[in-house]
This record gives sequence, C-alpha cells and structure tokens, in this order.
Amino acid sequence: MKAFLKYREIWLAAAIIVLIGLISTRFPAFADPGNLRQVFNDTSILMILALGQMVVILTRSIDLSMASNLCFTGMVVAMLNAAHPAIPIPLLIVIALAVGLVLGAINGLLVWRLNIPSIVVTLGTLTIYRGATFVLSGGAWVNADKMSPEFIGFQRAAFLGIPVLSWIAILVIALFFILMTRTALGRSIYAIGVNPTASVYTGIDVGRTKFIVFCISGMIGGLAGYLWISRYVIASVEVANGYELNIIAACVIGGISIAGGIGSVGGAVLGALFLGIISNALPVINISPFWQMAISGSAIILAVVLNARGERQQGRIILRKVEAAT
Amino acid sequence: MTDIPAPRHIPDRLDKPLRSAIFSWEALLVVVAVAIFVINSFASPYFLDPYSLSDLTFNFTEKGLIAFAMALLIISGEIDLSVAAIIALASTMMGMAVQAGADTPTLVLIGVVVGLVCGAFNGLLVTRLGLPSIVVTIGTMSLFRGIAFIILGDQAYKGYPDSFAFFGQGYVWWVVSFELVLFLIAAVVYWFLLHRTSFGRRVFAIGNNPVAAQFSGVRVGRTKFILFCLTGLMSGIASVLITSRLGSTRPSIAQGYELEVITMVVLGGVSILGGAGSIVGVVLAAFIMGLVTFGLGLLNVPGIVMSIFIGLLLIIVIALPIVWRRLRGSN
Repeated sequence: MKAFLKYREIWLAAAIIVLIGLISTRFPAFADPGNLRQVFNDTSILMILALGQMVVILTRSIDLSMASNLCFTGMVVAMLNAAHPAIPIPLLIVIALAVGLVLGAINGLLVWRLNIPSIVVTLGTLTIYRGATFVLSGGAWVNADKMSPEFIGFQRAAFLGIPVLSWIAILVIALFFILMTRTALGRSIYAIGVNPTASVYTGIDVGRTKFIVFCISGMIGGLAGYLWISRYVIASVEVANGYELNIIAACVIGGISIAGGIGSVGGAVLGALFLGIISNALPVINISPFWQMAISGSAIILAVVLNARGERQQGRIILRKVEAAT
Repeated sequence: MTDIPAPRHIPDRLDKPLRSAIFSWEALLVVVAVAIFVINSFASPYFLDPYSLSDLTFNFTEKGLIAFAMALLIISGEIDLSVAAIIALASTMMGMAVQAGADTPTLVLIGVVVGLVCGAFNGLLVTRLGLPSIVVTIGTMSLFRGIAFIILGDQAYKGYPDSFAFFGQGYVWWVVSFELVLFLIAAVVYWFLLHRTSFGRRVFAIGNNPVAAQFSGVRVGRTKFILFCLTGLMSGIASVLITSRLGSTRPSIAQGYELEVITMVVLGGVSILGGAGSIVGVVLAAFIMGLVTFGLGLLNVPGIVMSIFIGLLLIIVIALPIVWRRLRGSN
C-alpha cells in the first residue's frame, strides 16, 4: 500500500476525482458518464500534445514551437482540403504527420548538429513557423464552408460509442506507453534526462536521441494541427497562439520535472485532463471563464511545490518498481 | 532545461584585448546592426528622417528596459516568463486607480510598486522553496494575467489624466523621447551594476557555478531574490510607459512580450545556460530588433512576417560563431 501511494499518478487521479466531486455538488450532471466522455474528448488534443512535449522535457530540452507547428500544419491541411476536397482524410493525416515531422526535424537538427540550447532554437522557430503560416495563407482564413464534410466529420464520427478523436488520443497514449516502458529508445530518453554524461559512457548517442524526440514532438504537433483545425473548423494565423505554455503547464501539473528524467505517460495524460476539467467545468458551475487563467496558474504553482517536495524525498528513479520492492 | 554542461567562457582580462574586441559578440552585433541600417536606408526614403528614427526607438525601449534586468537574471541561471503578465496586472491596477480618481504621481507609484511586488513574489517562490524558475513563472504568468482578466473581463480602462501621457508619448528634447532617455539611463545603470560592481561579479559567479558561489560566501538565494525584484520593477516601469503610450488598459496588453524580451537578451549574447553575457550586447540587440521591425514596417511588411526575420536572426546569429569555429577547426 505504501509503495502504491508513492505513485504520483495516484495522487493526481485522486485530485481529479475530488475535483469532479466538488463540481458535481454544484452541478450534478457533470459527473455523468456521458459528460465525462465529452470532457475526455475535449481534452484529447491537449493530452496528445502534452505527451509529445513530455519526451522532449524528459531529455532536459523544451519545445516552445509546438503550437506554431500545430498552426502551420493545420493551415497546410486545411488549404489542401479546400483546394482538393478529393484527398482522403487518412492521407491528409499522413501529410500532417509528415509536415510536422519536417518542422520537428529542423528543431532537432539545430539542437543536435549545432548544439544550440533547445530553448533558443524553439524560441526562434516559434516565431518563424507562425510567420510562415501567414506567408503560406497570405493572412487569409480557411472557414468551415471551405472545408469538406469528411474533413470536419472524420474525428466526430462515433466508433463504439466514442468519437474518433478520443480513439486517436487513446491510440497515441498506448503508443507512448509502449515507447516509454518497453523500448530501448524510451529507456535512453529517461537516461539522458537523469544523467547525460553517464548516458554517453553507456553508449547512448545523446544528440541523436534529442533529434529523435524533436521529430516525435514535431509529428505530434502536426497530428494535433489536423485535429485542432477540424475540431474548431477555422484555420488562421491566430490558431493556438500562446498554447505552447498550456502544453508545458499540463506536463508540469502531471509531475514531469522540467530538469529532465522524471515523468510518466500517465502523469502527462492526467495533467492535461486536470486542465481540461477546469476549463470545462467553469462555465457549467457559473464561474466566469475569465477565472480560468488564474485557477490554472495557481494549479501550476501548487503542482511545482508538490513536485519539488516529491523530488527531494525520492531522488530520480527510473526503475521505480525495483526501488519500491527493496 | 539545461543541456549538457559545457565549459563556459568566463569574461576576464586574460583575453588578448584587440583580438577579443574584433571577434567579440558585440562586434558581430554591430556589423549586423550597421548592415540592417544601410539596407533600411536604401529600402525606404522615409527611414533617415529624424522623426521616423525617433519613432523607431519606441519599438524597443519598453522591452529593452525589461531586457536589462532579464539579462542579469538569465546570467544568474534563472528566467522570468511572467514579465508581460506583470505589465498586464500593473496596468490593470493603474486603471483601477484612475477610476478612483488617482493623479499621475500616484499612478506611476502604483505601477512600479505592483511590478516590484510581483517580482518579489516570483523571487520568494524560486528562492525560498527552491523551485525551477521556468515553471514558477509559467504559473505566475497565468496567475498575474488571470487576475487582470478577472478584474477587467472584456472591458478596457480609459480616462488616464493628460499629464500621464508624457511617459509614453512625451519628448525631452527635439526628437529625443522620454522613453529613449530612460532606456539609455537604465543601460548605463545596468552596465555599471553588472560589469563594475561586486554584485555583478556575484551574478556571474552564481551563473557559472551556484554551489561554488555559495561556498565562496555569495548569498545565492538573496542575490537571486534581488534579481527577480529587479525584473518585476522594470516590468512595472515598462507598464507605466506602455499604458501611457496606449492610453488604455486591456487584459491582453503586452501579450507575448516575454518571448520578445528573452529573444533580445539571447540575441545580445547572454548565455541561456547562465554565466556569460554583457549589457552592451543587450543594448545592441534591442537596437537591432527595433531596426528590423521598423524597417520592415516602412516596407509594409505585416507584423507576423517580421517575426520570421526576428526568429531567423536569432538562430543565425547564435549559429554563426558555432559554424565558424567548426569550419576553422576542420581546416
């Protein structure tokens, strides 16, 4: 039982259940399974993005360009769809992944080959990618009436009673879970975050691994680009402006240490869910949405305070199960 | 956050003076600035007009003021992402005071004090609880701007007194604006503070090795706390200038400034890993960013496209010395 309570995710899940409980005292229908399914669906994009950011943060890097990547890729697929409605949606998703991959690879190459700190590189590409969206679109918007019904309808279609968007999120969560717990790459990502110097001596190519994590976060940004645009049915330069910090906030609330090496898939998902529930619940319980920023800000600060205490007690643990057993 | 620790260049007097002056970061920035200046003057006939050159300064003075304090903070190995949110909160508080009928000196005092208090709050969280500043200030960024949103909602505060307009719109002499004078004074003060006082040396020492600094008697926590207060203070001052220039307060005021300020600092040659940098570099970088945005503005390039140039400039200027060193090494 004690070992069980060491898991940060358990505490976070408990906090979320308490949050839902508190909200349902004001508005009982909130805890309804149908509504919770809706909340999950609304939070799917943030969860996917948080997972992409997580692998980057685990390696002691940061990707500030994710929201701009999302904006650019979203514009590309929206314009493609407007110009050629015949392109099937799965192909469009592949294109979104490819465009995102290229943008991520640019970040990764600059970090890997030139050894520029990732925060500087992605600060630069943050503005470049968003500016490129303007150049690409000429400042014009792509509206709902220019998008094909399939483009908008794909992620809304229900499969086994759950929207495709939620299924995509579940698939991405599963893939990241396998990546982080069952593959050599996942292990190297943790190792680099815990101790980059030791990782080099154990034969891990730190630079190349960082390149790969930026490619991953780029692809995630691209995927989220399609999902975002087809969900909110408008593509403009303003899409997801400033959202990069929400993504990082979800990671921080989820217990992913900004110093690298600590964090889990479950944490990132729950962190995103926490923010998602707050933004979903505020209008429902008659609190002005203007409170949202202040509440999530306080949640972030509270989360870091708890994180810092946890880190001091536990140190950095990769093999948590082994540690817990001894 | 931090990448693999690499040996850092500690500024000292052992470098060969002439050689280091020619190949220094500041020299590179001067070349870039002159090049952009020349391009601008050819690109638009209106550029060399003294009044348009005076307008140019408004593009960087406010962010530049914050960049000085931010430079010191980043040299010490911390960062503050909440500066733009502090501007919003301070501006909102000034707006509230105006509704209550406050006069100009009170308004300025409120702006500056709110900035200072916000900075102190950041500083306390980082130093007392030992939290990473990048995350703390992401949190306070949402918190401060969130409070502004709670107070203002979708409203705007107007009706600032006429005498208040001087700070953001007034001229001290001919085309020399009050903002520019303040910027230059702050540049000298911060240059002196960083490069000529023991406080500045402590800032470098902390950035290079906080543990060693602690053991050599530097009060690391207190120094960092002062630095956070300084960034807050400068954000408060910038808030007075911006509010005065715009003549109104909206909760979305100064949105995105934090990244521009950091871009300025990094472009100015301050190492994002801490421990190295100079105020001269930051002044030049501020000037370069002003030149780029103003020059492109004269050519009717939209603001969002300018950001491409700023982003490219940042990456290219950072990459140049690395590529240069590598090319020389391979020969």
